[in-house]
Amino acid sequence: MSSLRSITVATLAKDIRLEWRSRDAINSMLFFSLLVVVIFSFSFDPNAEESREIAGGLIWVAFLFAAVVALNQTWARELRNQVLDAYRVSPAPANALFVAKALGNFILVSVLEAVMAPLFMIFYNLRALGPAWQLIPVAVLGTWALVVNGTFFAAMSLRTRSREIMLPLLLFPISIPAVQSMVEATRIILAGDGSARFWIVLLLTYDVVFTTACLGLFETILQAE
Amino acid sequence: MKRAFPILAVLTALLLVYAFYEALWVAPMERTMGDVQRIFYYHVPSAWTAFLLFFVNLVASVVYLIGKNAKADALAAVSAEVGVVFCTVVLVTGPIWARPVWGIWWTWDIRLTTTLVLWLIYVSYLVLRRFSDSSQTPKLAAVLAIFGALDVPLVYFSIWFFRTQHPQPVIGGGGSIDPRMLHVLLINWLAFSCFAFLVCWWRYQLELLQRDLEEAQALEALLGDEGLPATSARARSPLNKTPSRPGTV
Repeated sequence: MSSLRSITVATLAKDIRLEWRSRDAINSMLFFSLLVVVIFSFSFDPNAEESREIAGGLIWVAFLFAAVVALNQTWARELRNQVLDAYRVSPAPANALFVAKALGNFILVSVLEAVMAPLFMIFYNLRALGPAWQLIPVAVLGTWALVVNGTFFAAMSLRTRSREIMLPLLLFPISIPAVQSMVEATRIILAGDGSARFWIVLLLTYDVVFTTACLGLFETILQAE
Repeated sequence: MKRAFPILAVLTALLLVYAFYEALWVAPMERTMGDVQRIFYYHVPSAWTAFLLFFVNLVASVVYLIGKNAKADALAAVSAEVGVVFCTVVLVTGPIWARPVWGIWWTWDIRLTTTLVLWLIYVSYLVLRRFSDSSQTPKLAAVLAIFGALDVPLVYFSIWFFRTQHPQPVIGGGGSIDPRMLHVLLINWLAFSCFAFLVCWWRYQLELLQRDLEEAQALEALLGDEGLPATSARARSPLNKTPSRPGTV
């Protein structure tokens, strides 16, 4: 157990340090989601009432697309210099690698959301009519739902041709219930339209089910070569 | 078994013709919907067959992951392919019926959406199989099939929260059905299942043959590299045996 934790922490620290020095992923994600927000804003030009209804969808679609940018380069770094092969032959537990990668992506996407959400609020003149604090569990659970499966499918698409396009093709169909829950919960909270509890519970269920599945099957995927 | 295939093919063709006749001429006309209701005899059997095939795919995937049995993987690939075809039939016949009856082509109702998401998941499964050319494709595909199966109940619950417009299932649901209609429906289902089984059987033999061929080609390339005379390598390869697979087991 302690080796699992120490390897997870070491891998996570390495990834964060690399990202901190280059800032490749976070910069491209920030700029990409900024572009999405601006283009959506031009395409819909909503008033305040409409904004509340559609903002949940827009913001999560922007984050979903931006997350794919981060997820795609998760494993690419490990392919250079055969790092992944070295990992495979080492006695380190496979799940430590997976948890570290998923947490790294989670941190990256959370930073993106923390920067972009206020900007989004400004551009669309949003003010939550429901309990705004509930947006935090929705964001945390929703982000985890995207990155846990995203990290897993990114590892799966490593073995395919044109893997950059493969990831969204695998991730989006499976993510449909999660995306729907995030969008509905955000819409309900922003519009003050009843309780978002059902959607938060559904997101939590999704997270538990797929985290378990990923941890159970990652070893198979990592050793597949 | 070699002779069983044409016999089964003829029987299935006769059954399909009979079911078609029953559906168009024998089944009574529905009182409010009229003739357009007859699409039901194709829509529902296709849906049942598609779900059955997706279930076969899941079982075969789990069996493959446990035992690494190549035949289970071939069965998984085949059932997903044929299942997607039947699921497409469901998604096409549904709107054709919905337009005159509901006045709309499509609605985000629980059964429609779940079927659509299921179709999307299995299309992505087939894309993965197509795009992945390593020897590990079966493993990746089996894992994706399990993820897809876990996803379906969540999709169902997420849409269950919305209002449902689709007619209640006629079997085991709240709806009632004329016994003559049920009779026609079951005949059609039997015909469709036989047809699906026939296609799967044929495709399964083809898949095994394809794999043998790829293996033989790989072997030949390998032996060629080692400087063996190409003729002797060819003589040893199973390529030269007359392929007698389709129709035999």
